[in-house]
Amino acid sequence: MTTMAQVTNATGMHEPSYALHVEDLTASYSGSAVLWDVDLNVPPGVLAAIVGPNGAGKSTLLKCVIGAVRPAAGHVYVFGRPYRRQRHRVAYVPQRTSVDWDFPTTALDVVTMGLYGRLGWLRQPRRRETDEALEALAMVGMDAYGERQISQLSGGQQQRVFLARALVQDADLYLMDEPFAGVDATTERAIVELLKDLRGRGKTVVAVHHDLQTVSTYFDWLALLNVRLIAQGPVREVYTAEHLRAAYGPRVVLLNAGAEQPGSAAAAPAAVDAGERRAPPLD
Amino acid sequence: MELFALLGDFTVRTVAIGAALVGVVAGALGSFALLRQQSLLGDALSHAALPGVCLGFLLAGSRQLEPILAGALVSGALAALLVMVLTRATRVKTDAALGVSLSLFFAVGTVLLTYVQRHQGAAQAGLDAFLFGQAAALVPRDLTVIGIVAAVSLCIVLLGWKELKVTTFDADFARSLGRPVVAIEFVLTVLIAVAVVIGLQLVGVILMVALVIAPAAAARQWATRLEGMVLLAALFGALSGVTGALISASVRGLATGPLIVLVASALVLVSLLVAPERGLLWQLAHATTQRRSLRAHRVLVDLYRLGQAHDDPSYPSEQGMLDAYFGGRTGHVLRRLQRRGLVERVEHMPEEGAHWVLTEGGREQARELLVPFGTREHDGGGLA
Repeated sequence: MTTMAQVTNATGMHEPSYALHVEDLTASYSGSAVLWDVDLNVPPGVLAAIVGPNGAGKSTLLKCVIGAVRPAAGHVYVFGRPYRRQRHRVAYVPQRTSVDWDFPTTALDVVTMGLYGRLGWLRQPRRRETDEALEALAMVGMDAYGERQISQLSGGQQQRVFLARALVQDADLYLMDEPFAGVDATTERAIVELLKDLRGRGKTVVAVHHDLQTVSTYFDWLALLNVRLIAQGPVREVYTAEHLRAAYGPRVVLLNAGAEQPGSAAAAPAAVDAGERRAPPLD
Repeated sequence: MELFALLGDFTVRTVAIGAALVGVVAGALGSFALLRQQSLLGDALSHAALPGVCLGFLLAGSRQLEPILAGALVSGALAALLVMVLTRATRVKTDAALGVSLSLFFAVGTVLLTYVQRHQGAAQAGLDAFLFGQAAALVPRDLTVIGIVAAVSLCIVLLGWKELKVTTFDADFARSLGRPVVAIEFVLTVLIAVAVVIGLQLVGVILMVALVIAPAAAARQWATRLEGMVLLAALFGALSGVTGALISASVRGLATGPLIVLVASALVLVSLLVAPERGLLWQLAHATTQRRSLRAHRVLVDLYRLGQAHDDPSYPSEQGMLDAYFGGRTGHVLRRLQRRGLVERVEHMPEEGAHWVLTEGGREQARELLVPFGTREHDGGGLA
């Protein structure tokens, strides 16, 4: 586990050794706490998963980081500085279902939106921006779909368009909300490759994830969340039966009998509460 | 021609220009209202404008457009605020909040209107025109006001284009880019309210929402990009306005406002039916073609397999047997395939029924169809 020491150095940076540093974060929706006193430290260069049951505050945590939800208390630092000073180093991928895919636009146009931050208010995208967006589409295997209406894309293709929009931002920290939700097997493999490629280039990824079975194969760093932070650290250390029970309650079903020993790293939960069971791919 | 004679008339020209301006603004901003699923908010805004119209008149003491527009905008904004407060602070859902707000403001507006008519002689001032719209009351000075408001609104849309687009499509993402999403949404709502308000005199508080929503709904059917949708909606809005104004001018006793709305509705109807990809008739035709080609493919493959089973590629299959294989009548399918030169009818034995064989082209196509799904090039969907 990482230390809780709070260091502000001479440059005015706060915990600059972490890609994402969240301190005492508390957030609420209509009075009840969704996040309670969360301290989170994600080192740079890892693929981090935020895992927890429904309503554990996973998405809210990401929204607090980007300023879409105003926390009741606490601070967020990205590479040692507040988010508003580091926006250009962060790319956010919302849940695919959070937007209306019947919006009249093309895949290429959505990806180009990733460059709006750099363009500022008045400058319009030109040839250079279009080329960059096409390149990002190619990285997710969607270069042939640039002019396609987004309403005509499958769920997996829509997710890849969202990822391309994040790639074109050329960020250092990628925040992804359920990137694997409702995608086909091909897209799931493509996203895994993409994440590994990002890590290979020294980028940091923090993804909300809901599939306990794939956490340890896809990610190398894990934060277990259920309103409070249960545990955080390398997957090997955090992915234990004890921690999972603390996050999901005693009803968590563990496939591997060996995992019943406390502290065993080989736990392979088959499913948790019915609501959290993985839905079949939609496409 | 009569049309030119009509446009030569000063009053008709004033109304037509006014209607075109209102239509352009209503269409362009209606597109955003439609995409943000705020159509009903537009309705609430327009009904809620009535008390503002009366108060603007009372405060100014005369029927001038500026105070009346300002009053309409303020009371519309208050109604929108009431909707927001009701949905956030109570358990009332959006539709109920809109209903409550709309009827409350409209009731207050009607009370004020009757009061004004009794005591201030508003009938002469033409204030009741705001209920159903009265195009003839439009004077050139009103055109200037409407023109300036239209130009300013469209400039704001043009300058903030990227931000309006990204906020409308994906507000959370826009926030992550550091855009002041609440402020942008506020500006959009005000602009939609402005679009409603400048048309009140022409179309009236009851029908104005139709001119905001209908051109946008029609344009949505044809457009593939937001740019195209907004341009087309503006064009549809102007077309409805001018057409409605001209019909009303050429036939005595037909009110302009409702005619404009009828033209816009006709555009929606046509677009819903025939637009490519999204139109009902287009989809119906597409589905029929698909079903036909699927049937044709099945029959081709059945014939090919029967040939294979008999080790004779040009094995003549009996139509009755094909019916049984296919699970239904194949006669019309076979005749269509025959016209395309893929099958041939052969007389096997005169006393037996029709027999069919695949032509060389038919065999070729059947072989192509039998290549397993997913391995054909155009199946796509794979990763680079």
